Amino acid sequence: MRPILMKGHERPLTFLKYNRDGDLLFSCAKDHTPTVWFADNGERLGTYRGHNGAVWTCDVSRDSMRLLTGSADQTVKLWNVQTGTQLYTFTFGSPARSVEFAIGDELAVITTDPFMELTSAIHVKRIAKDPTEQIEESMLVIKGPQGRINRAVWGPLNRTIISAGEDAVIRIWDSETGKLLRESDKESGHKKTITSLTKSADGSHFLTGSLDKSAKLWDTRTLTLIKTYGTERPVNAVAMSPLLDHVVLGGGQDASAVTTTDHRAGKFEAKFYDKILQEEIGGVKGHFGPINALAFNPDGKSFSSGGEDGYVRLHHFDPDYFNIKI
Amino acid sequence: MAIDKNEPSKLRWGELEEDDDLDFLLPPKEVIGPDENGIKKVIEYKFNEEGNKVKITTTTRVRKLAKARLSKRALERRNWEKFGDAVREDVGSRLTMVSTEEILLERPRAPGTKQEEMKVAGDSLAQLSKGGAVLMVCRTCGKKGDHWTSKCPYKDLAAPVETFVEKPAASEASVAAPGAGKGAYVPPSMRAGAERSTGSDMRRRNDENSVRVTNLSEDTREPDLHELFRPFGAVTRVYVAMDQKTGTSRGFGFVNFVNREDAQRAINKLNGYGYDNLILRVEWATPRTN
Repeated sequence: MRPILMKGHERPLTFLKYNRDGDLLFSCAKDHTPTVWFADNGERLGTYRGHNGAVWTCDVSRDSMRLLTGSADQTVKLWNVQTGTQLYTFTFGSPARSVEFAIGDELAVITTDPFMELTSAIHVKRIAKDPTEQIEESMLVIKGPQGRINRAVWGPLNRTIISAGEDAVIRIWDSETGKLLRESDKESGHKKTITSLTKSADGSHFLTGSLDKSAKLWDTRTLTLIKTYGTERPVNAVAMSPLLDHVVLGGGQDASAVTTTDHRAGKFEAKFYDKILQEEIGGVKGHFGPINALAFNPDGKSFSSGGEDGYVRLHHFDPDYFNIKI
Repeated sequence: MAIDKNEPSKLRWGELEEDDDLDFLLPPKEVIGPDENGIKKVIEYKFNEEGNKVKITTTTRVRKLAKARLSKRALERRNWEKFGDAVREDVGSRLTMVSTEEILLERPRAPGTKQEEMKVAGDSLAQLSKGGAVLMVCRTCGKKGDHWTSKCPYKDLAAPVETFVEKPAASEASVAAPGAGKGAYVPPSMRAGAERSTGSDMRRRNDENSVRVTNLSEDTREPDLHELFRPFGAVTRVYVAMDQKTGTSRGFGFVNFVNREDAQRAINKLNGYGYDNLILRVEWATPRTN
């Protein structure tokens, strides 16, 4: 396949997200400006100007009308996707690390980093249909985990919130009361910081990637460990194909890229694994720096990766990708 | 004697410009549109310098980069105006480029993995029918076209039998009854008058005919070296030193030939050969004086 290279960001990429229809790709980077691209040919549509710090995360509503971005400038901003105007700004006492719309786009879960005296926290905010009616206060604030919470997502039917972070423990909280319902098992769980988390298309299982060079697949209801995928490099980003039983891991550490005589495309690769057999199917090389973000198009026919090198690489699969057999 | 100036342009040779020439004599341009393989042919007719009619056929392949079937709302979004930094985007801005390289989903390679076996098994039938262009015969298990002796997965199952594969019955009979008919069997190397030189034993590593290859690229593996050195002669063993941590080659390896002359020719030919962007260094494995 011939990837499409998009160099819209001057700084490393942090997050990538497709919209529900799969025609727009939102990219967040450390350069303060989230960007939206067309997902078929990589043409840039626009940028959202307004943040004063690295943008760590974003999520787009189901109708692709509103975008939430979380940034190191301690704010979470709500944008109009089409025009790029800011609709609302939530202010926190510390950088925002992860945002996600709930099913129905009326709630959002936001995590904030530990900063000075503040511990890390999970906030649930109500998102009003009309931005002028938006209230600042959180509906619910959950505190508890030590260290940074790198990712928090909604569980099935918005009844639970799943969080994962630096303490390598996955926690499931009740989204109405804030009570801790479940924790992942310490022995079978990750041993180092969990950097990324992605849900399956139907929400029944999710995948976490960690700096302990592995990724693990968990059941959403019971938090049992289903599968483990091992790599040789710390995992910074994970993605699951909505079409085939594949998982993709991306990561890497800069120090290992020692080769200086390589004139071909970069050595950092996104590794594909068979979800059920846990075996490596192959890798897609190309990035010149560690991969920080991965996202699959909801139609499963393309995926994109964002790296430390500031490039977003958009790959449309060749027909024989769909015939791979181990 | 009225000169009709309104006469429709009858081309007068004196008024024709140099370039126009006699284009009207040429058949019109034909475009045979992209067929199901995306092949498009454009047939043009021109006059070359000598004034001969020349037919130029240009065949191009039209390739669709991606099939985008957009929903109605996606189509609407396609027509949105650019905003933010994209407003002042000129057509020449190289923000979005298609990669010049073809990137493949590279399957994990390791000699003897399922992937390689499958490929070889598929090819072996074709190879056999070709009549032995690459006829891989494993001496240990006797399987053709699957693997070389050194890579035999059944190494320990079949005892090393120094016989031809085609005549198992006869050879077994002769080996199985050593003391019966002939008295003590004396192997050729121990018979009177036999030259007890450093003959190559088929089982042992051929240190005498070992060639060291350095300055290999990171991705080089045993099959690559085998492929590279095979044209010079029979290769019994290839080895590439690997870094356990990264799984890449440490840049050097060894190739063992059956015949010393083959090894010498390989050294002569491949030393300084450009392979995978690096210049190979090929020499004897241990310093040998001839």
